[in-house]
Amino acid sequence: MNVRRLFLIFVPYLWLLALFLVPFLIVLKIALSDGALAIPPYIPTLDFSNGWEGIKTFFAGLDMENFIFLTEDELYWRAYLSSLQIAAISTAITLLVGYPIAYGMAKAPDEWRPTLMMLVILPFWTSFLIRVYSWMGILSQEGFLNQFLLWTGIINDPLTILNTNTAVYIGIVYTYLPFMILPIYAAIEKLDESLLEAAEDLGCSRMQAFWLVTIPLSKSGIIAGCFLVFIPALGEFVIPSVLGGSKTLMIGKVLWEEFFSNRDWPVASAVAVILLLILVIPIILFQRNEQKQRESEG
Amino acid sequence: MKQTWLPLAAALTLSAAAATAEEVRVYNWSDYIDEDLLTKFEEETGIDLIYDVFDSNEVLETKLLAGGSGYDVVVPSGTFLQRQIVAGVFQPLDMSQLSNAGNLWEPIKARTEVYDPGNAYSINYMWGTTGLGVNVNKVIEVLGEDAPIGSLALIFEPSNMEKLAECGVHMLDAPVEIIPAALAYIGENPDSQDPDVIAKVEPLLTAIAPYVQKFHSSEYINALANGDICVAFGWSGDILQARDRADEADNGVVIEYAAPSEGALMWFDQMAIPADAPNPSGAHKFLDFILNAQNMAAASNYVYYANGNLASQEFLEEDVIGDTAIYPDEETLANLYTTTPYEPKVQRIVTRLWTKIKSGI
Repeated sequence: MNVRRLFLIFVPYLWLLALFLVPFLIVLKIALSDGALAIPPYIPTLDFSNGWEGIKTFFAGLDMENFIFLTEDELYWRAYLSSLQIAAISTAITLLVGYPIAYGMAKAPDEWRPTLMMLVILPFWTSFLIRVYSWMGILSQEGFLNQFLLWTGIINDPLTILNTNTAVYIGIVYTYLPFMILPIYAAIEKLDESLLEAAEDLGCSRMQAFWLVTIPLSKSGIIAGCFLVFIPALGEFVIPSVLGGSKTLMIGKVLWEEFFSNRDWPVASAVAVILLLILVIPIILFQRNEQKQRESEG
Repeated sequence: MKQTWLPLAAALTLSAAAATAEEVRVYNWSDYIDEDLLTKFEEETGIDLIYDVFDSNEVLETKLLAGGSGYDVVVPSGTFLQRQIVAGVFQPLDMSQLSNAGNLWEPIKARTEVYDPGNAYSINYMWGTTGLGVNVNKVIEVLGEDAPIGSLALIFEPSNMEKLAECGVHMLDAPVEIIPAALAYIGENPDSQDPDVIAKVEPLLTAIAPYVQKFHSSEYINALANGDICVAFGWSGDILQARDRADEADNGVVIEYAAPSEGALMWFDQMAIPADAPNPSGAHKFLDFILNAQNMAAASNYVYYANGNLASQEFLEEDVIGDTAIYPDEETLANLYTTTPYEPKVQRIVTRLWTKIKSGI
């Protein structure tokens, strides 16, 4: 193994260390601290200035009280469960909406594709917050959607969509759709046309060929897209707080209350640590999927 | 080669110029000043004013407790200020830099001293009450002629709320405002710190929460003015701003503000300087500018809140100084109460109760 190769291996690990492990340890350290009225509002129980002694006292006094507290109130596990549910359902909807779009893009004439790609990416040019806010104007009682539906006569009374979970689903699906479309598009685009022709020669209908050839071969794109939607949706805060109602229970909002209303940074950090542990499982699955794919290609 | 460096050199000169220009960063409540005053301050002092807004004490407090907020002047309410002073967030004011400090009004100073002993860390910006904003015509249409418009029964009586839900009710998303009011309604001490007493409001608030369209601390101004909702439980001046916007729009919406007859919370928003403010001398200049009688009057004339500045009263418009909803008469004043900050343990119980009331969990 030469130096160059060692360096190349070192870079991604340094990246992980600096942007993932170190922040995680800082949050974990706060989660094990005690709250206080000060700047910052907690007293660290881990004191490095006393060297080894400080670390020993830390482990001796470790009571995990903030984590135990989270198990004592049903609010927390219900918020985790409800976040998991909202993230899973919106990922499924995003897949159902995104796959046909990606498929259509990949099958479009070559000269159209850059334009279609552009159209998918274009919304990113507007601030995320403004895009979520504009949904308030569309979904409210006097909003465009209700006005349109009333005008067409489909409904007689305006629908209450804003400040409900439905609005949260719409917001998440809309916001994360490009993250679903792009990996699926990439997977379908590099699919070898001759495989589909071979399937039809062997007696498959077009529908069967789609199910037996296109879907399995775009699996890597589907999995990548699902993770890219599910992981950020789970900890989402902006969309439920702008579009959701007071009944929308998501862990992002619970975290906000601990941090802002209770000024309890240790408990807020404990909530964040658990959220991360929940996320680590899909992240590891995602990594493994990527690796498997690389191996099969290599 | 020479040419490619030119833009960089220009950028460097620009940033050097920006660094020398004096800056004051102010963090105040939304819809809380006449924006003309901001340009006036810049013109008079030559200082660049960076003015940001928030709509909850919690957001401000978290920024302050994290440290290094970068703001020179912030405006917490009294109860929050009291706790933040203990946490060491603020620096004492240098009275020698506040030539207009003599304009302050003694009765208000006496009340803010509860939160800030000796008024050493803060000056009063505005004060007001928390009460009921009512779209009179709509409420009478829904509840009939004998609707209890000036009473907390309007929002705390489920049978009233059930009917009002048709035309829309908003409430502040702030347990420190709603829980004292609910305590006052059931005849308990609104400033109670006793968890058992606080727990008594749970059945009351749980019964009415389903009829509240939204718990939010700033949207109700527009919602009231547009006629989207018919009742808001909010801050006095915000509701009076809604009244004025409705008048200007001439949309047939008539808004009235009432400090509840069961007693209303009186609160004080105080201007203070964080201990780590980048520009404390500029911050003092801003405070002195606000303490100027005419400037303070302009702010009150614009936002319909009373201020703690006696000298400003001669410059107040008649519909401000003469309105008992803004400057309460003796009788209303006697009916106002103040609150003190919750201990961390009680605060946790209050937040948890609030989540339970709003989400049912």
